[in-house]
Amino acid sequence: MSAQRLQKGGRINRQKRIDFTWDGRPLKGYAGDSLASALLASNEKVLGRSFKYHRPRGIMSAGVEESGAMVTIGRGARRDPNVKATMQELYQRLEASGQNAWPNVRYDVGAVNSLFGRFFAAGFYYKTFMGLPPFEWGSKGTGLWMKYEKIIRKAAGMGTASREPDPDVYDHAHGFCDVLVVGSGPAGLQAALTVASAGMDVWLVEQDWSLGGDLLNLDDDKMEKKRLELIAELEKAGVRIMRRTTVFGLYDNGTAGLLERVTDHLTTAHAYQPRQRFWTLRARHTIVASGALERGMAFGNNDRPGIMNVAAGRAYLNRYAVLAGEHVVVATNNDSAYRSAAELSAAGAKISLLDARTRVGSEMLDIAADANISLHTGSAPLNATGLPGISGIEVASSIKGGWELESRLNCDLLLVSGGWSPVVHLLSHRGLKPVWNAEQACFIAPSTDEPIHVAGSAAGIWNTDDCFDSGQSTGAHVVKALGGKARARAMPAAGGWKNRIKPVYEVRVEGRKTKAIVDPQHDVTADDIRLAHREGFVSVEHLKRYTTLGMATDGGKVGNIIGLALMAEALGKDIPEVGTTTFRPPYTPVAIGALKGRNVDQHFRPLRRTPMHDWNLEHGATMTMAGLWHRPWYFARKGETISEAYVRETETTRKSVGLCDVTSLGKIAVQGPDATELLNRVYTNPFAKLPIGKARYGIMLRDDGMVMDDGTTWRFSDTDYFMTTTTAHAAKVMVWLEELLQTRWQDLRVHVTSVSEQWAGCAVAGPKSRDVMSACVEDASVMSNENFPFMGVIETTLKGDIPCRIARISFSGELAYEAYVPSDYAPAMMDMLWAEAQKHDGCLYGLEALGAMRIEKGHVTGAELDGRVSIDDAGLGKMASADKAYIGKAMRDRPELLREDRPRLVGIMPVNRDEKFNAGSILCAANKVSGMGEGWITAVTHSPVMGHWIGLGFISGGHEAWQGKAVVAADPVRKGNINVEIISPHMYDPSGEKMHG
Amino acid sequence: MIRINCPFCGERDHSEFGYGGDASIEYPALDASMDEWHDAIFLRENICGMQSETWHHVSGCRMWLIVERDTMTHQIKSVRPAHDANAAVLADLAAGDQS
Repeated sequence: MSAQRLQKGGRINRQKRIDFTWDGRPLKGYAGDSLASALLASNEKVLGRSFKYHRPRGIMSAGVEESGAMVTIGRGARRDPNVKATMQELYQRLEASGQNAWPNVRYDVGAVNSLFGRFFAAGFYYKTFMGLPPFEWGSKGTGLWMKYEKIIRKAAGMGTASREPDPDVYDHAHGFCDVLVVGSGPAGLQAALTVASAGMDVWLVEQDWSLGGDLLNLDDDKMEKKRLELIAELEKAGVRIMRRTTVFGLYDNGTAGLLERVTDHLTTAHAYQPRQRFWTLRARHTIVASGALERGMAFGNNDRPGIMNVAAGRAYLNRYAVLAGEHVVVATNNDSAYRSAAELSAAGAKISLLDARTRVGSEMLDIAADANISLHTGSAPLNATGLPGISGIEVASSIKGGWELESRLNCDLLLVSGGWSPVVHLLSHRGLKPVWNAEQACFIAPSTDEPIHVAGSAAGIWNTDDCFDSGQSTGAHVVKALGGKARARAMPAAGGWKNRIKPVYEVRVEGRKTKAIVDPQHDVTADDIRLAHREGFVSVEHLKRYTTLGMATDGGKVGNIIGLALMAEALGKDIPEVGTTTFRPPYTPVAIGALKGRNVDQHFRPLRRTPMHDWNLEHGATMTMAGLWHRPWYFARKGETISEAYVRETETTRKSVGLCDVTSLGKIAVQGPDATELLNRVYTNPFAKLPIGKARYGIMLRDDGMVMDDGTTWRFSDTDYFMTTTTAHAAKVMVWLEELLQTRWQDLRVHVTSVSEQWAGCAVAGPKSRDVMSACVEDASVMSNENFPFMGVIETTLKGDIPCRIARISFSGELAYEAYVPSDYAPAMMDMLWAEAQKHDGCLYGLEALGAMRIEKGHVTGAELDGRVSIDDAGLGKMASADKAYIGKAMRDRPELLREDRPRLVGIMPVNRDEKFNAGSILCAANKVSGMGEGWITAVTHSPVMGHWIGLGFISGGHEAWQGKAVVAADPVRKGNINVEIISPHMYDPSGEKMHG
Repeated sequence: MIRINCPFCGERDHSEFGYGGDASIEYPALDASMDEWHDAIFLRENICGMQSETWHHVSGCRMWLIVERDTMTHQIKSVRPAHDANAAVLADLAAGDQS
């Protein structure tokens, strides 16, 4: 028995007992406990197993830097691995378990790994498995590596995530404020109050569930009174206080990323609560009062359960009322440990204090003497003994240039302070390189031009009173920067200890082999660092990647500085010369679930429905996605498969009439005196003489001469055009026109307006389409062939006084119309058209039939116009005017684009008419089915007209070059090679008689 | 997250905007030579420092803007409408506010 719960004191509520389980065993704690403090009070020593060597691990800290007590919380779909027990608030019926161990963390079979420790040194995997045969034997070697990798990954690791879908909801939220204060320690509280008192809008963000930072760990009534007063004033001043919320990253222009843990501390959450909230906060100024973390020292077995930092020993004592050991050794190289040692002594522990410094001032000596502490100056721990938990240490004494073994001490708890590292992570996110302060032996963030300010121990200020002052000073500075009035106290300088710190990063005696851990989360040892140096890794960035130092979930909070110092020593340089690696967001891990928020399943991307969506569903549509749009795929009759349905729809349309929702096409109103000029410049074909009442098919190129989009544009007056685009490129074309008008062609008097959602469209296609349309318009005479020729456009009214614009255009190759009505009239139009179509045994058709008919006709869509295709490649070269200038004209004549052997649009059909081939197949000459081939297939369909499969694609030189030559559609992934014929893409009614008729 | 102060809408997240490109490019006349077009389309300085670039407030007012942005720090020096007439109107309004 060593750790014990004290009968009084602390911030726990002994009236509120909390029952929880650890590895299935029931334990108890109190409200106000962290999981770690409750486990410690229950005297649970071994809480985890290390990453590579499966070394036993216990609690190492009381905070966010924890690397030992990493546990799994919950079970089933809610299993949450790698939770720091020190940061987990205890709640009723919490279920926690150990990880990376079998059968459990106390008896772990994987611990045999530690016997083979020398095989697991830095670079082990690369050297053993990748640098030698068989792993250099091409694909076979890769396969073997992948096999071994699985085994290695199983042996080394942390907790495992659930494979079930995440049942929880996560929210994205957005906020704005004048000032963001990160951290609620003395500096943060004081800064927030100073700024709020000047009337500023302040957010105070604290990762803990209580406000106060290090104030929570003190045993000081005066400070506690001050803490409570400050919090009361902050609440009165209207400061937005966010507890259980981490500022995990600082980004450009004052943006901060926050993760709010809403229900992770609750046994059962309300249905309306998300598990976590992912905040994007925009702050005009940011005050970083993120504190400092105490670091350890490297020495033999410095990761044994029962070894933690001094601040943790103090936090467990004062905040959680747990005395973590009876026979305690406190090892330090600075003044900060003395007060903690005295408090532990007063609580009943027997204390030996090792100070690496050979001389300390009288104040320190007095503290030790008053507290009955046995003080050993010039001493430090060399090696910890005992397994799994610590039972004693070997003590080294300082000699010139190093250490020598001096004596042994028995203990059940070793508290280590190797100095303090300000939390400069958020500043590092902004690209600031921390500056080494040799006096305080720590990195401190430099000042910045951005409105970001550092206060308190994050700025290397160690005394609590100085931290309050620095908060006030920083806050007042910010108030002034925001145009307010405030009196700033003097900003305290970094430091504040009576005696200078003696930098100690490793305690080692030459010739003695010990395992000294630098980065406990990734089991990186001091020897690994020296090995990396011997092998030539001299840059810190290379060192980091080779040894994986600082690459675990803690991002190097604990080990980085020790690792840098050891590297500097090996190089014979100073720490500032070696430099430091960059800390990147997030400061602490952020669940993928929080990043995704509610953007999952059907909310993964926006869904667009046409105004006749419900109408389509009521009439039996099976829907499919076309970009963001939900469109009818096919309208199956009872018992029909998709193939049967679309073949029937195609046949019916070609024989009689079919109706299809085409609302998703992009529609742009192009209006103004210079509208004609704009169109004439963006389309390759002439628009200057398009008569009023006519539509024209046009192709747009990009600046570089490749095809951007195609569509028809209808002219209603001198100044009023209605442009249609493909569904896929509607937004792009709109942006493009706006760019041209606002940047390049500012003199053109044209306005473009997206009207895609204002007009609902229906294609009416087939020999009977004129009959259907004539029955639906108020005045049937407008529909006659004479009044309404091919490519004609009219504005008229449907029966019931429905305003309607109709163009006689055809995508199917049949006599066809596109009719558009204001969106609200869509169901009314469809009811009318459908009633008439049924009289002719017509049908509704969907995308599948639409696709089949356009492939038969050889019309291109987004599948063909993929951005790599020139207008000649698409077989539309005759659409390019020689007589006028247009966008892309100069560049489409680039020599490479004029080569005869460029892939050109062709039709494809199987030699054996019974065979099927796939879109995506590679077209190869039959005598050379290998490599990149000669072309590719973009679309296929079973053609009801021809009675076999056909396709569109591109092949080098076009169909003329391949007449009578044997071609194979190679489909290596789906294991099919089909002999095909290359033909003209215009496979159906090439002369266009049907649509002109 | 870059924040762009749209002259029409106010300061907004860059996720509301679409990036255009180098605003210093003078696009040649449509009937200019292939060489001129080649240079305008493909040749770009890789500026380290203040760069003039076009952005489109695509999820806002849909105006094209010219933004002076430091490519090293993302600090934005100025934002103005790409269309000179719009810029002139805003300048007049600003002058009117002051008088």
